[in-house]
Amino acid sequence: MAEVKKEDYWRWSESNWKNPEIQDWHGHVMTCGVDIGSTSTQAVIMADGQLYAYSSMRTGSNSINSAMDAIEWALNGLDLTIDDLDYTIGTGYGRVNVPFSDRTVTEITCHARGANYIYGSSVRTILDMGGQDCKVIGSDEKGNVTSFMMNDKCAAGTGRGMEVIANLLAVNVEDIGEMSFDIDEEPAPVSSTCVIFAKTEATNLMREGWTKQKVLAAYCHAMALRVVGLLKRNGVQADFAITGGIAKNIGVTRRIERLLEIEALKPEIDTQIAGALGAALIAKDFYEKKKKKNN
Amino acid sequence: MITVGIDSGSQNTRAVVMKDGKIIGKKIVLTEFDAVSAAETVFESALKESGVNREDVVSVAVTGRGRSIIKFADKVVNEVGSGAKGAWYVNSGTHLVIDLGAESSRVIKLNDDGSINKYEVNDKCASGSGIFIETMARALQIPVEEMGAYSLRHTKEITTNAQCVVFAESEVISLIHDKESIEDIAYGIHSGIVTRIASLIRRVGMTDNVTLIGGPGHNIGMVKCMEKVFEKDVFVAEDTNYVNAIGAAIFAKEQAEA
Repeated sequence: MAEVKKEDYWRWSESNWKNPEIQDWHGHVMTCGVDIGSTSTQAVIMADGQLYAYSSMRTGSNSINSAMDAIEWALNGLDLTIDDLDYTIGTGYGRVNVPFSDRTVTEITCHARGANYIYGSSVRTILDMGGQDCKVIGSDEKGNVTSFMMNDKCAAGTGRGMEVIANLLAVNVEDIGEMSFDIDEEPAPVSSTCVIFAKTEATNLMREGWTKQKVLAAYCHAMALRVVGLLKRNGVQADFAITGGIAKNIGVTRRIERLLEIEALKPEIDTQIAGALGAALIAKDFYEKKKKKNN
Repeated sequence: MITVGIDSGSQNTRAVVMKDGKIIGKKIVLTEFDAVSAAETVFESALKESGVNREDVVSVAVTGRGRSIIKFADKVVNEVGSGAKGAWYVNSGTHLVIDLGAESSRVIKLNDDGSINKYEVNDKCASGSGIFIETMARALQIPVEEMGAYSLRHTKEITTNAQCVVFAESEVISLIHDKESIEDIAYGIHSGIVTRIASLIRRVGMTDNVTLIGGPGHNIGMVKCMEKVFEKDVFVAEDTNYVNAIGAAIFAKEQAEA
């Protein structure tokens, strides 16, 4: 394996995917959702409301370039171009910067709809753990938003906070979940709310002789507690699902489940694409509405 | 009467030796990872500088984050108590003390006799503290000591939105990509911190005769920015970094006399 550069431990896998079951897209309504988040960008393409292809990558310093990079990667190797897309919706923090979009929709609406597709219509509470925010969204059986609460002021409880700790401890961010259970017993959570203070606290714990695994357990535990606080303020109703990058970190998700005493639904699709997926589904609704009007 | 005040902060530990209410020696060291040994070191070296023997010290008072673990001290005083006393010493008649630490910020409102009227503390979040400036200096790749000077040379007023240090780092990087100048960004960072301190002040009420204590007092950009936002003069003592230790030494004296 290639050597990991010191500053690169936060790096999570970027990916693209094409549905092998849909051979020919011609004759289908092709819709697209692009979710430009603070940390990651996804482009999802759907054929008649079925997942056709997607990409998920790091957001660059320029939102327009990020949108173009994501769509190009999603289209990579396909006989499909941007011009073939019938309707595109931009969402997320950088949603106004999707040059080929027909309209924008907020990520909250898109996430609820995307989670409804990924986890099924029984989902009532969605915890979206993003790069720079954390949202709790209540949803009905159609994926409409019924309640909403978020933290976007503070990195505690966000993916960015986890990346900082990954870099500090020189542990790949994707290994944190597993490693955090390699402990004899669950340590007390780190007491600092602030990620900056938690960094100092983690360094002190290492000096006291704690293993990385134990420090990670204490950090994941603290993050779970933070998020559970937000969940409880909004109210949690089963079925419960987690989306966003942190949904892939069992160190946090299992501890959230333990604290809430509710099991989260297990995803079969990449949890990071929920927002873009919802946008592509909503794009289909808009496309059909537009067509009806024109007829 | 000789008394000593020790301020065991998250970043620096200081000791001030006072004789009959006058400063006769002071020292500062990095706290690093052992607050107790930092306190012992700085205590010894401050005594040496003052030409005082340990047995001549009537009382030692300790303040700051590490105060509860420094057992050789005779008295313990919290940062609000030491900050109020120290600020009153360096600027008698002050009504509002802003204490900026490395990992905390505090505002203390004083009565006409220097006693504490009200105070507010933020130690949950690094958004209004010294470490915020340090982290931003690193993102801008300039020495932290020069942040203030850069800020003073700003040509336009940028507002930074991120409250969280972690998010602010990304915001600063975006501003650099947007070709904003280091000077303007430095100003934006300072004005962001000052805005957060202003909201802390609103909770106790703004007054005249404001004193800034703590290490960031050396940051002229910060002081000027405060004066602009508060529309008031802000007093900074030459010993801004020692004010809590001075307050502790005074506390030790008062306790010994009582």
